Amino acid sequence: MALKTSAGFLRLKHLKQVVRLLSAHTRPETVINGGKPAEFPGAKAPYVTQMKFLNETSYDPIPIYRVMENNGEIIDSREEPNIENETLINMYNTMVQLNNMDKILYESQRQGRISFYMTNYCEEGIHVGSAAALSPRDLVFAQYREVGVFLYRGVTVTELVNQCYGNHEDPGKGRQMPVHYGSKQFNLVTISSPLATQMPQAVGAAYAFKRVPNNDRCVICFFGEGAASEGDAHAAFNFAATLDCPVIMFCRNNGYAISTPAIEQYRGDGIAARGPSLGIQTVRVDGTDLLAVYNAVSRAREYAVTNNKPVLIEAMSYRVGHHSTSDDSSAYRSLEEIKKWNTDESPVQKFKLYLEHKGLWDVESDKTWNKEARNIVIKTMQEAEKKKLPNWKEMLEDVYYDMPPRIQKQMQQMEEHLKKYPEHYPLDQYQSD
Amino acid sequence: MSSAIRKNCFLISKLFKNVNNCSKRLSSHFIYFPDNEKPVDGETSKMNMMQAINNAMDITLKNDPTAVVFGEDVAFGGVFRCALGLQEKYGKDRVFNTPLCEQGIAGFGIGLATAGATAIAEIQFADYIFPAFDQLVNEAAKARYRSGGQFDCGALTVRTPCSAVGHGGLYHSQSPEAFFAHVPGLKVVVPRGPIAAKGLLLSCIRERDPCIFLEPKILYRSAAEEVPLEDYTLPLGEAQLLKEGDAATLIGWGTQVHVLLEVAQMAEEELGIKCDVIDLQSILPWDEDTVCNSVKKTGRCLISHEAPLTSGFGAELAATIQEECFLHLEAPIARVTGWDAPFPHVFEPFYLPDKWRCYHTLAELVKY
Repeated sequence: MALKTSAGFLRLKHLKQVVRLLSAHTRPETVINGGKPAEFPGAKAPYVTQMKFLNETSYDPIPIYRVMENNGEIIDSREEPNIENETLINMYNTMVQLNNMDKILYESQRQGRISFYMTNYCEEGIHVGSAAALSPRDLVFAQYREVGVFLYRGVTVTELVNQCYGNHEDPGKGRQMPVHYGSKQFNLVTISSPLATQMPQAVGAAYAFKRVPNNDRCVICFFGEGAASEGDAHAAFNFAATLDCPVIMFCRNNGYAISTPAIEQYRGDGIAARGPSLGIQTVRVDGTDLLAVYNAVSRAREYAVTNNKPVLIEAMSYRVGHHSTSDDSSAYRSLEEIKKWNTDESPVQKFKLYLEHKGLWDVESDKTWNKEARNIVIKTMQEAEKKKLPNWKEMLEDVYYDMPPRIQKQMQQMEEHLKKYPEHYPLDQYQSD
Repeated sequence: MSSAIRKNCFLISKLFKNVNNCSKRLSSHFIYFPDNEKPVDGETSKMNMMQAINNAMDITLKNDPTAVVFGEDVAFGGVFRCALGLQEKYGKDRVFNTPLCEQGIAGFGIGLATAGATAIAEIQFADYIFPAFDQLVNEAAKARYRSGGQFDCGALTVRTPCSAVGHGGLYHSQSPEAFFAHVPGLKVVVPRGPIAAKGLLLSCIRERDPCIFLEPKILYRSAAEEVPLEDYTLPLGEAQLLKEGDAATLIGWGTQVHVLLEVAQMAEEELGIKCDVIDLQSILPWDEDTVCNSVKKTGRCLISHEAPLTSGFGAELAATIQEECFLHLEAPIARVTGWDAPFPHVFEPFYLPDKWRCYHTLAELVKY
């Protein structure tokens, strides 16, 4: 009766088998429809004479794939990915860099230096594990809590900090709130705040890739378990499946959408359970286990590109920080609850122990790199603060490819206004013509 | 965790001592003019707009057993805390979180209202209301009409924070009133402060038509007034004349009302002229009488809103005013608004129709 799942991808076929098992269990002696399955356009399934409702307990929960124990030891050596030592160290360094950036930028928001920030604690393994398993040419549609992917791809702390300050070196030209990064050069589509809008977009991008001769690229789309409640999420899954798109739909299930816990966000077996039901290869992994994430994404990537099909990955994690600097999570959860995710289940800690077991890392190197990573951020911030904001005219650029006369006129009006009333505008903070 | 963070904060603040602090957050772009007139007599309490809205919902939940309050993160009070304490007071079946889905929230609210319940839905930011556009425009607005009056969802009120806040950027700053003002069947309301918010929200909740209640989020905490504690409503479809004069009519809603009140004060001091200042309050339907009577008196009109110029609600006002007041107009109707661009983050001081832009336009208008 129970669906036997392995750590591998769930297939729709498996679900069909379950229905067969269920029906076998209750099938009467008499043969229905000559033993042939029904041939409705919407379902090819056997007939039964006994009615039975299915629910979330009709199946085993989808298991969570792990490679490492919390102490950093590999559970099954066959699952240990073959990654070069230098790469492993770079992966760890990226997580530490990310941690340091989070600490300092969070604090800088508290001091009023930037207007907003979002930390990534406990999701570092998801960022780095997935980024390392992808080709740098794969297109990334991020939500807003994936800055580790950006760092791993090669976006510098300087570029990220400039974006948070919205200064004239921000590639986004100061138009968006902090953490809305984007980099054409590194195939990272600029982040937008509305949730789940990126999901059908990612599927469309994957379809475009598929049509390119000898395509070797896929698309990865990150989204949270909260965003998965949006209508766009369902649209994305269904389009990805029916239009056979080489896209990895990567859910970061960190347990909270601002204050709303997963239990109030969905019922049933999480986001992963939606994959097989829509005909999508699906796997659930421990998001605090970087190596598990790495394996899942590399196999998903191979499958997606080879078969032109989507894959759904649900990475289980926990949002250790507040939702953002606008949030105080003590209003809806206890410090006690957070503790374990910040210690035993910390992806950074686990991966560090793994590197230590391999003899690639030690306390001294950790101290040195932490210090350096912190200094990089501090130095970058000091520089970013000195940089002027972009020329105010950037406010009206890029609305259209060519500025329509009406906007040209508005720019002229503002220019004349600023000539007349310069003392009432913070012009000295902005670049001038 | 918290102690670790505190420790880090301390270390980091030490490190920051040498960093130039050249990018202090910009202070608010307006002065708040509190309401001094009370709509009803009786006991009052000092409330900010968040508390006044909370009070209106509290009164509703207390008196209307069918009423429910829901939306994303509403259980703990919502991200702006307008529903603070209501779940504890009225229970989890009346004040609750929904999954993260605006179209779901709107549709669910329509269903509640269709089945006889009073639905008070919160969309976390007006910038995120667009997935619910279909439900609101095609369903809520047309329910009575398409059923020949058999069904309606008048008991639905959708509350949502809108407008500039100083650092909201593209997706935490928009003022989408004009989109909804284009939809026959909806009522659209924007309060300018706590007293107005309470009375107007209670009207919206009891109104027989579905209402979109846009709350300028910058006023939640920055605006405080002596709000009457008892139950009162303010009429929908009526504007309020807040200041009287004869030189020009200044029309705004929400936060912009306060900018215009200051502009009127500046004009009085600098130009020696007095203006009518009208808070439209109801965007749809709007109060043609109050507006046109004022413009007929003053002969000059300035309309100001944060939303972009093109097809902003000012366009509708201007068109009607020129039809109704053509022979009284001494100058073309002026509009001072956000520019025709998305709402930008670091350029907000240049984007907003601030007092200097409004003042300059008013000065030109009276010289015309």
